[in-house]
Amino acid sequence: MSRLFTPRSAVVLLAAALLLYPLILPDAFYRDIGVTLLLAALSASAWNIVGGYAGQVSVGHSMFFGLGAYTPLLVYNLYGWPPLAGIPCGIVLSIALALAIGMPTFRLTGHYFSMATIAVAELIRIFTGTWTLVGAAIGLQGPATARGWWDLTFRSELPYYYIFLGTLAVVIAATAAIERRRFGFYLRAIKASERAARSLGVPVRRTKMQALALSAAFTSVAGSLYVMKTGFIDPDSGFGILVSVQMVIVAALGGAGTLFGPLVGALILVPLQTATNTWFGGGGSGLTYILYGGIIVLIARFEPGGLFELWHRLAPHFRKRVHAA
Amino acid sequence: MVIVQVIVGGLLLGAIYALFSSGLTLIWGMMNFINFAHGEFVMLGMYVALLVVTWIGGGPAVFGVAAAAALFALGVGLYSSLIRHVIRGPMLAQILSTFGLALLLRYTAFFIFSANFVSLPSTVLAGTIKVGGIFLPVAQLVAGAAALVLTIALHLLLTRTTVGSQLLAVAEDRAAAMLMGIRPDRMQALAWGLSAGAAGIAGALMATAYPWSPSVGETFGLIAFVVVALGGFGSVLGSLYAGLIVGLIQAVSAFWLGAIYKDIVVYGLFVALLWLRPQGLMGKA
Repeated sequence: MSRLFTPRSAVVLLAAALLLYPLILPDAFYRDIGVTLLLAALSASAWNIVGGYAGQVSVGHSMFFGLGAYTPLLVYNLYGWPPLAGIPCGIVLSIALALAIGMPTFRLTGHYFSMATIAVAELIRIFTGTWTLVGAAIGLQGPATARGWWDLTFRSELPYYYIFLGTLAVVIAATAAIERRRFGFYLRAIKASERAARSLGVPVRRTKMQALALSAAFTSVAGSLYVMKTGFIDPDSGFGILVSVQMVIVAALGGAGTLFGPLVGALILVPLQTATNTWFGGGGSGLTYILYGGIIVLIARFEPGGLFELWHRLAPHFRKRVHAA
Repeated sequence: MVIVQVIVGGLLLGAIYALFSSGLTLIWGMMNFINFAHGEFVMLGMYVALLVVTWIGGGPAVFGVAAAAALFALGVGLYSSLIRHVIRGPMLAQILSTFGLALLLRYTAFFIFSANFVSLPSTVLAGTIKVGGIFLPVAQLVAGAAALVLTIALHLLLTRTTVGSQLLAVAEDRAAAMLMGIRPDRMQALAWGLSAGAAGIAGALMATAYPWSPSVGETFGLIAFVVVALGGFGSVLGSLYAGLIVGLIQAVSAFWLGAIYKDIVVYGLFVALLWLRPQGLMGKA
């Protein structure tokens, strides 16, 4: 039994389930949950690179998500470019912003970084709400009907589902590659003790900057994909604090700094969120965030490593029981 | 004459900023810990004031003390149930603990009190007085003056009393303080009580003069970050000056640029500070 259920077979099973899910449950309701789930897993996996692996806790990652979401619609509205062309622009802007934030704050202890990220995200959110070029408080609208496939505007949820799944696979594969390389060891060393890492010759600031830039780029892509699906963005859904909250809680619940932690977190939280919204109707969103806050506090207090660490601690006990039986 | 009115109004609000920010800086200075829920403490102080006025009645002295006491108790309770455990844990746990707490408090307030703006009945501290050609609402004047006095009192408590020395001793060297017969846990619980209490009474004072909704906590939390970054981490006196400066900058930029730009200017100042002088204007390098 224990041989059948290896980590490798678990990953294969998970991948197969995700690939087949929209075909088995073709109902629009379930497909919508699937798309939301993949997007949450994607943004949280992007956050995980700097927040989980490097241990630099950003609570303002919505700034990269928002940049990624606004840029495609902005180039569409200004120049009529296909939104697809806005994705690389969003990545470039996000990396530039990441460097601008990392340069001063990474000289200091981790708290400064967290404070700076939340302040900058809020600054951008308020500023976007006053700037008429980007639609001010109303936001921006994408193409109403597709002019071609390159507009990435589909009637069905199915193409979005597989595009999101493919991108998620790319981010997870990139993270897995990082884990095995010197860069990954640097990140873990910095997370464990910055001072010790520096004394061993780890280029601490440069490594943190690279992690933030990479994380920002992937988060920006997540924002772009989000806006391809909704076709609409406003300051709160792009730069709002709840966008950042979602990334942090999804990653932390599954296990920050683990490869599949964000995906596991999304698999639990997104259906939970849908359930509270369905049960409590329109007033449910408030309850969802009360629940989120409570879960975050409980994770911090009892299990900062998330469910993966809990599993690693409990698994040996289960195994013992199986052997005894 | 209008600009004088704007400046005085800004300084009076700035004194309240100074009071709640000194609570944040106390925790940061003592245990190198950032409380992301500090703005929510201010918000809770406002609702405590509202509940006391509606149910019991009484003047600012009554609901101010009630808000301070309620938040003091909350601060001590949170320290012993949550903060004490996460403070030795990883950075992620430290930041998540108060960040999650902020969400929990903010959305619970939304759930109970709804998203509507509320204010205390206008009969609490009504009237306006005219000083040298400018008009000052009594509520603003009383709130600002009381905040100024309380901030100075907190500074004196930390610098001139035995309890203050014990708090600073724990901040300096926990182990050495313990050898001197000081109980670090008790002192840190006291610091959390004082910090939350300062936020609570600041909220109650602000409630006399300004309307609010559950979402104000986020704004006040960020303002406290700006004040603390400007005044230097750990310095109550620095918070006092910085609070007044931030209140002034906010009022003047709202007057010249328009109300929606006042927060942009203040957060922009914060980002500029992080770039240019991260230890704060009065902080040690």
